Amino acid sequence: MSSPREAVANGAAGAAMLAAGLGCFALGVLAVAGDGSKALARLLTFYRPTGPLSGVSTMAIVVWLAAWIAGNRLWRGRTVAIGKVSGAAFVLLALGLLLTFPPCEDLLLGK
Amino acid sequence: MQLTWREIVTAIHGMLFGGFFLMACFGALVLLHRSFAARGSSEVTEQGRRRERIFLIVMVVLGWAAVLSGAYVVYPWYRAAVPPGVTNLELYPQRLLMSDPHTAGWHTLGMEWKEHVAWMAPMLMTMVAWVMMEYEDAGEEHRRLRAMVSGFALAAFLAGGVAAECGAWINKKAPVTGGRVITLNRDGK
Repeated sequence: MSSPREAVANGAAGAAMLAAGLGCFALGVLAVAGDGSKALARLLTFYRPTGPLSGVSTMAIVVWLAAWIAGNRLWRGRTVAIGKVSGAAFVLLALGLLLTFPPCEDLLLGK
Repeated sequence: MQLTWREIVTAIHGMLFGGFFLMACFGALVLLHRSFAARGSSEVTEQGRRRERIFLIVMVVLGWAAVLSGAYVVYPWYRAAVPPGVTNLELYPQRLLMSDPHTAGWHTLGMEWKEHVAWMAPMLMTMVAWVMMEYEDAGEEHRRLRAMVSGFALAAFLAGGVAAECGAWINKKAPVTGGRVITLNRDGK
């Protein structure tokens, strides 16, 4: 018999948290990649006056929304281990934050 | 008493959109704390809930307005290339900062950090607002969810705070200026 806590569907919230973590991580990875490769920076320049930031932010938003839509379809109405899911989302967020911090970025790129 | 068009738009980006977004983030943190710290059933009326929803939606709109106006309106003015032969860098804040080793860090650390970390704040707060609205009943499990998203809300508040603080200092060191001059008071009183 499931406890009342287990009966509550929290999958949609888990999908939203994980997608936000993924979006932040993607932002960090793309920021480092754009800074480390001139070819990638050119590719990420969707709007010339803004430069590579236009592509970095747009692609991170695309990753975030795609992950949210996919996760929502998969987990909506279900009960997930929300502690583990939010923990994973926090790790992704923390990595994203670290990657956007210029000294960490320079360390990774050997600058 | 005059202002330039770029100064007005920069103030709207930073002080109106960014500033109010940060204040709203703090408000959301208070709402989250109250909902997961409360005992028993929530006392919020239907009208109160509707107002909370409007508050959360306005907060999210402000966050996105701040990053979009920053990236697509103010940032191009900040990073504009200096035409050949131009020696006065007043209209080129990035170049002005980089021209002096004492101010270069405001670009290489301040702006490089701000331009990326700022995007995390509206992304996270959109998720936080959505979870708060989707799971607004303060049942035991929903209270746990709200406690979890408060961590993300705090991260968003800090990310937005870093962006705002860096932006304010950068604009003090090398202000974004130029464009049409708007006179507010001709006689100087």
